[in-house]
Amino acid sequence: MQYILQNPGTVLKLTLEHIQISLISVAVSIVIGVVIGIILTRIKILQGPVLGLAGVLYTIPSLALFAMLIPFFGLGLKPTVFALILYSQLAIIRNTVSGIETIDPSIIEVAEGMGMTGWQKLFLVELPLGLPVIMAGVRMVTVMAIGVATIASYISAGGLGDLIFLGMQTVDLNVIFAGALPLIILALGADRILVLLQRKLERWREDLPSTGLVKEG
Amino acid sequence: MLQYILTHQAEFMVLLRQHVILTCSAIGLATSIGIPLAILASRIPFLERPVLLLGNLGQTIPSLVILALCIPFLGIGFAPSLAALFLRAILPILMNTFTGIKNVEHGIIEAARGMGMTENQILWKVQIPLTVPVMIAGLRTAVVQAVSLATLAAFAGGGSLGDLIQQGIMMVDQERLMTGAVSTAALALLADFIIGLLQQWLTPQGLKISA
Amino acid sequence: MIRLENVTKQFGVVKAVDQVNLHITPGEFLVLIGPSGCGKTTTMKMINRLIDPSAGRILIKGKDISAEDPIQLRRQIGYAIQEIGLLPHMTIADNIALVPRLLKWPKKKQRQRVEELLEMVGLDAATFMHKYPRQLSGGQRQRVGVARALAVDPPIMLMDEPFGALDPITREQMQDEFIKLQEQVKKTIVFVTHDMDEALKFADRVAIMNHGKIIQCDSPEMILRRPANKFVRDFVGSDHTLKQLSLIKVKEAMITDIDTLHPDNTIAQAKELFKRGSSNIVVVAKTGEAIGYINREDLNKTPEDRFVSEITVNSISTVASDKTLKDALTVMLKNDAGYIAVSDENRKPVGLITSSRLRQIVSEPRLNSREEQ
Repeated sequence: MQYILQNPGTVLKLTLEHIQISLISVAVSIVIGVVIGIILTRIKILQGPVLGLAGVLYTIPSLALFAMLIPFFGLGLKPTVFALILYSQLAIIRNTVSGIETIDPSIIEVAEGMGMTGWQKLFLVELPLGLPVIMAGVRMVTVMAIGVATIASYISAGGLGDLIFLGMQTVDLNVIFAGALPLIILALGADRILVLLQRKLERWREDLPSTGLVKEG
Repeated sequence: MLQYILTHQAEFMVLLRQHVILTCSAIGLATSIGIPLAILASRIPFLERPVLLLGNLGQTIPSLVILALCIPFLGIGFAPSLAALFLRAILPILMNTFTGIKNVEHGIIEAARGMGMTENQILWKVQIPLTVPVMIAGLRTAVVQAVSLATLAAFAGGGSLGDLIQQGIMMVDQERLMTGAVSTAALALLADFIIGLLQQWLTPQGLKISA
Repeated sequence: MIRLENVTKQFGVVKAVDQVNLHITPGEFLVLIGPSGCGKTTTMKMINRLIDPSAGRILIKGKDISAEDPIQLRRQIGYAIQEIGLLPHMTIADNIALVPRLLKWPKKKQRQRVEELLEMVGLDAATFMHKYPRQLSGGQRQRVGVARALAVDPPIMLMDEPFGALDPITREQMQDEFIKLQEQVKKTIVFVTHDMDEALKFADRVAIMNHGKIIQCDSPEMILRRPANKFVRDFVGSDHTLKQLSLIKVKEAMITDIDTLHPDNTIAQAKELFKRGSSNIVVVAKTGEAIGYINREDLNKTPEDRFVSEITVNSISTVASDKTLKDALTVMLKNDAGYIAVSDENRKPVGLITSSRLRQIVSEPRLNSREEQ
């Protein structure tokens, strides 16, 4: 705690940097991932290859991915955001596809029967109904982005990772804590906010209140 | 890159070996402790909430933070690296096994009980076999995360292929950097592939058929 | 066989089962029925101690089951529930042999039993043994469920809506097969359902439950004819008459004094029959099957040296004697026929069902033979 109390300005600055990195990459990831996901629900033969590729990207260790991007982007924010977007694609694409594809087919049929155009069906039925599942993907991606962004400090992206690396080098628990504490709060806070948001979006899904009776026949 | 490996063969092999040893021992430990712990926790009702809470909390902590926190206590080298990898890997294994066992359809368990299976028989013959796919999915996550974290062990003096990346960045040596990056990526994909095979092999036949 | 004495089960403040008394005799088919939440499943689950009663006791063959080891008890009671009860990771053979395996039967005996049971429920053993539940249709899974419950030949079977998840046609078919199976195996069965038609079809006695209490426990006929109160009457429903028809076997209600003629008999022979007072003449082929009937008017218009075949009305529908009157009615409606022949298992005509006969039965239900026993 000592370090935080002595250098509140630094910690705050790094925290804001961290939020900035995470927010930018998550926002861009959602846009790209959802669009790709929607395309995959229309062109099903692409599902295997695209999800396979996203899976491969997801498997690559973060330090290795950052390193591979250095020759193209140099150091700093650019390779970091790019790497985070690549990592996020698996969860967002997969959840978009399954969110849309698990909608009760009869609902889709009704939408089509009412004469909805493809775009209307997408925005009025598929995306709203698929949203809870997509949100679950967003949650995973956000927590991951906050975590992986710490490693990006090593390629000069800034953020709370700076304190972690500094603390590791100087073997100073105070400094490590100064980075770890805001990080954990950030991750848990973001997760919590998204859970609440998810629940709000999911309200229509809730089953009828249970009566507390034994399940019968 | 290939040339780099050939000219630095001995050094490369040492790092590769350390990377593999670190990952394998962490996964071995995490599996042999995580699975029994999960089974135990699933049998003791009051453990359910704390386990879920701790598991979800733990999974939001960034890998680098776990590694960093091990250093002040265990120094640098193999020990803190192994500890960090173990802590990272045990969570998905434990959580998946635990939730898998807990989520086996109630009707199936009731049927098994109704036929006169003891609680132990229900656990070993029904719940655990049905949980295998979820369990291995957890193992898969654990392995991928462990291989990734093992790269970072370079920062804790754990010695791994991450060393090449670290040195490459410091010395602005692109050859070394790419060798490290590509070989860790390949290692991660290979590990993932092997677990995929394991999943195929261990999943009970009857569960492979989609309902 | 099974006796429930003042059995009560309380969950918190809710009395799921309230002072239930039941005596189920050996070989009896008892159906527990009622709206959901009425306590029927809870009542059943107390018999194999999946749930223990809060008060009262349950005796099986005179022994209080609360003193028995629940595991041993359950292994002696067959248990079949909706299809989810099959273990998806085990083959059909392993599923059926589950209890025999728990009882450590020798491998060979297990295998024999599996084959025997699969044949019994109408599945080809060689084809199905090594399949997994997810490879089977709903109806096939259900058969396996029944086979599994019969595995160690338990004297008692508990069944919780075992046909509940099936489509209506498969369900009907399974029910018919199950009735035949029960005639063979003669188990004491406690069967839970919410489907009145199913209850009436199977039951020796139906126990109608509501709010944890047994409202009426009686034979299907009595439930239909003398419902204890409005609840039972409403629960039984308004298609009462049709339900009654489904309770009566064709062979119990058919007109049995029929005469048969062959197509190559002469008109003179036919007239002779009528003169002797016969009014129901069925024309049968050499093989014994009914092929048609003759009208009296046609007979009188035809010279005596001609043959029966010339005046045979060549269409007569038949119904098997072990079907119900509801089935007979269905056949009549489908063929727009005023009467149909009843055939025995060798497809020989043994009687007739006419529309006036059906009317008579519906208006004076005393004809039912089961009540006379």
